Amino acid sequence: MTKVESEFEGVHLLKGNFAAAYAARAARVQVVTAFPITPQTLIVEKISDLVDSGKMNCEFIRMESEHSVMAALVGASIAGARTYTGTSGQGLLYMAEPVHWAAGTRLPMVMSIASRGIAPPWNIWADFSDVMSQRDSGWLIQLNSTHQEIYDSVLMGYKITEDPEVMLPLMAAYGGFILSHTSKPVDMPPQSEIDSFLPEIPEKGWDHIFLDADRPMMHGALVMPGDFYQEFRMKIHLAQLRAKEKIKVVTKEFKEKFGRDYGNGLFYEYKTSDAEYIMINYGEIAKQMELTIDTLRNEGYNVGMINLRTYRPFPSEELIEKVKHAKILGVVDRATAFGSPTGGPVSSDVRAALQTSSETRNLSIIPFINGLGGRDVFPEEQREQFEILFHVLDKGEYPKNKDLMHATYWTGTIDRRST
Amino acid sequence: MTNMKDLKTLPYKDREFFLQGNATCAGCGLDLSLRWALKALGPKTVIVSPASCLNVVTGVWPKGAPDFPMINMVFAGAASAATGVYHGLKARGIEDYTVVAYAGDGGTTDIGLQALSGAAERGTNIIYVCYDNEAYMNTGVQRSSSTPVGAITTTTYYGKVQQKKNLPGIMSMHNIPYVATASVGDPLDLYDKFKKAKDIKGFKYIHIYAPCPPGWRSPSEKSVEIAKMAIDNGMWILYEIENGFFRLTGKSKRLTDPKKRKPIEEYIKSQGRFRLVKKEQMEKLEQYRELMWNQVSKELLFQQMDEKSR
Repeated sequence: MTKVESEFEGVHLLKGNFAAAYAARAARVQVVTAFPITPQTLIVEKISDLVDSGKMNCEFIRMESEHSVMAALVGASIAGARTYTGTSGQGLLYMAEPVHWAAGTRLPMVMSIASRGIAPPWNIWADFSDVMSQRDSGWLIQLNSTHQEIYDSVLMGYKITEDPEVMLPLMAAYGGFILSHTSKPVDMPPQSEIDSFLPEIPEKGWDHIFLDADRPMMHGALVMPGDFYQEFRMKIHLAQLRAKEKIKVVTKEFKEKFGRDYGNGLFYEYKTSDAEYIMINYGEIAKQMELTIDTLRNEGYNVGMINLRTYRPFPSEELIEKVKHAKILGVVDRATAFGSPTGGPVSSDVRAALQTSSETRNLSIIPFINGLGGRDVFPEEQREQFEILFHVLDKGEYPKNKDLMHATYWTGTIDRRST
Repeated sequence: MTNMKDLKTLPYKDREFFLQGNATCAGCGLDLSLRWALKALGPKTVIVSPASCLNVVTGVWPKGAPDFPMINMVFAGAASAATGVYHGLKARGIEDYTVVAYAGDGGTTDIGLQALSGAAERGTNIIYVCYDNEAYMNTGVQRSSSTPVGAITTTTYYGKVQQKKNLPGIMSMHNIPYVATASVGDPLDLYDKFKKAKDIKGFKYIHIYAPCPPGWRSPSEKSVEIAKMAIDNGMWILYEIENGFFRLTGKSKRLTDPKKRKPIEEYIKSQGRFRLVKKEQMEKLEQYRELMWNQVSKELLFQQMDEKSR
């Protein structure tokens, strides 16, 4: 007897975007709205193909803009459906208004982001500045490093967002082209196991928000300053904080069920337990940095890395616990936060977070920005970043080079003097 | 067709879905239109409203006048959010609800036009309603592309220069199964059109003339009278286009002959927003009326030719 090979089960060589689309199918999403944008396009194309060939059972609406994509998703989610979409860069910026609306309405949904640089100048390559622009929207924000993680994040995502204690949407981002268009083996569990991990949504819709003519509810009504507006906002922040525990629980359950380890779900560590030099990194270049760490370890350097999976909610306490023994810390951003204390969104947050504990308050934190707009980041460059940490710790001063700008190293910057 | 004598037999004649105590101004055209629309659509109706007066007049939290599920939505998202609601319910196997986007002229003719056109092209099974009070009234009377020429708004202090955009015309070009104009000056005609739209599958568009006393600088008690005047003088034409078939309705049926249309002077004088209208603007307003009726004549002519060719 030969086993029938299913394209949706077992290990398959998948592009990152296809992994996202297959995960949405596995999560039994009921409504998908989408608008094509590079480099997310393959998600839309794959779902179109799956739906039209009868391999995926959902309402799939080809919208005329990203703004409409998210507005429709808000409508569908209020109607009680499990919803999904994906976008990139400019598309995320264009849908920003309903993105905030989705969080304010406390809607559980998952959106995959094939991240790309923000224009101008036009850019379509890996850069997380797009998701960082939505960091205060109330969405949970996760950053993926591998193809497998793209798939798994969608499945875990629904379980997290649909928890009554959370009820906030989640976006999971990965580097455009570098992950979205390259292929790697992705292990997809049998549907029955996914179904037992991720149960169906409540038959009557969500408890806190529903459409029912017999018990009419008005959604998103005007609230006066003296009424509960401030309290509603507080509750979003509270739900973000509660989501940390939920992410931990779901990640643990996922590991027990499917055997894949994403640390505590907020971040995972690479050789940090005895590390004196710790780098905080995220996305695909964090995965690559493991190579650099291995090399440096062989040379006798006590280096390690924290791969930040969850940017919102920001894992402040958990980070403090893991880095307090380090002698120096580096934070690598593949994104910009113009005019912020460091120029990088994560490094600014790390500095703020580590201020809250006497154990980490005096730790040197060196911010790095690299790989913007898809610029290649080779292991050599990542080694240079560590060498800057060594230099600062040994010499007590910042090495002066072309990359240094106001205490942040923009590594890999073109040297105009040499051209 | 519903007549005055049928009023007592209407199924929801005593039922109000948009309750008393809502925050509409006296003489609000939106309020009248919504009440009549809901009487035609019945209880299983969901209303999606983008930023507009409707967002506010439904009541400030925790009070609410809608006795129906109501979703407030971003300004440009009426048609798209309604699309999502329809498909969300469908995904759950619920298909006995009528999903309606109820937007003002700003949310329809300006900021929401892209989403509206998209939903129409996709043929989504919803009713899109534009209650047209001819300016951004919720923000305090600023001009929209639906404001008529010569009207004073807080962004056109000396009267609007451009003509009103013909949105029902644009929607008819989407080849959707139903496009209609209506007016609070003829509620039974409005009622019939909503009843018809409810039973048609696909994308339906209804554009309602809805006076706004504070925005138009007109007496509250004259709203219906002004709406009737606009029908009688041909400034607002009642029609419906069902599967491409154009038909004048209500009193507009009798106005194909220009001589039968009343002069517009009295109509212009009834509203303070037109107080700066001089001869030049008056001519432009008449030009607009002529242009609209020319389009009607063309439609009717094509239809005759079409019938002959059959």
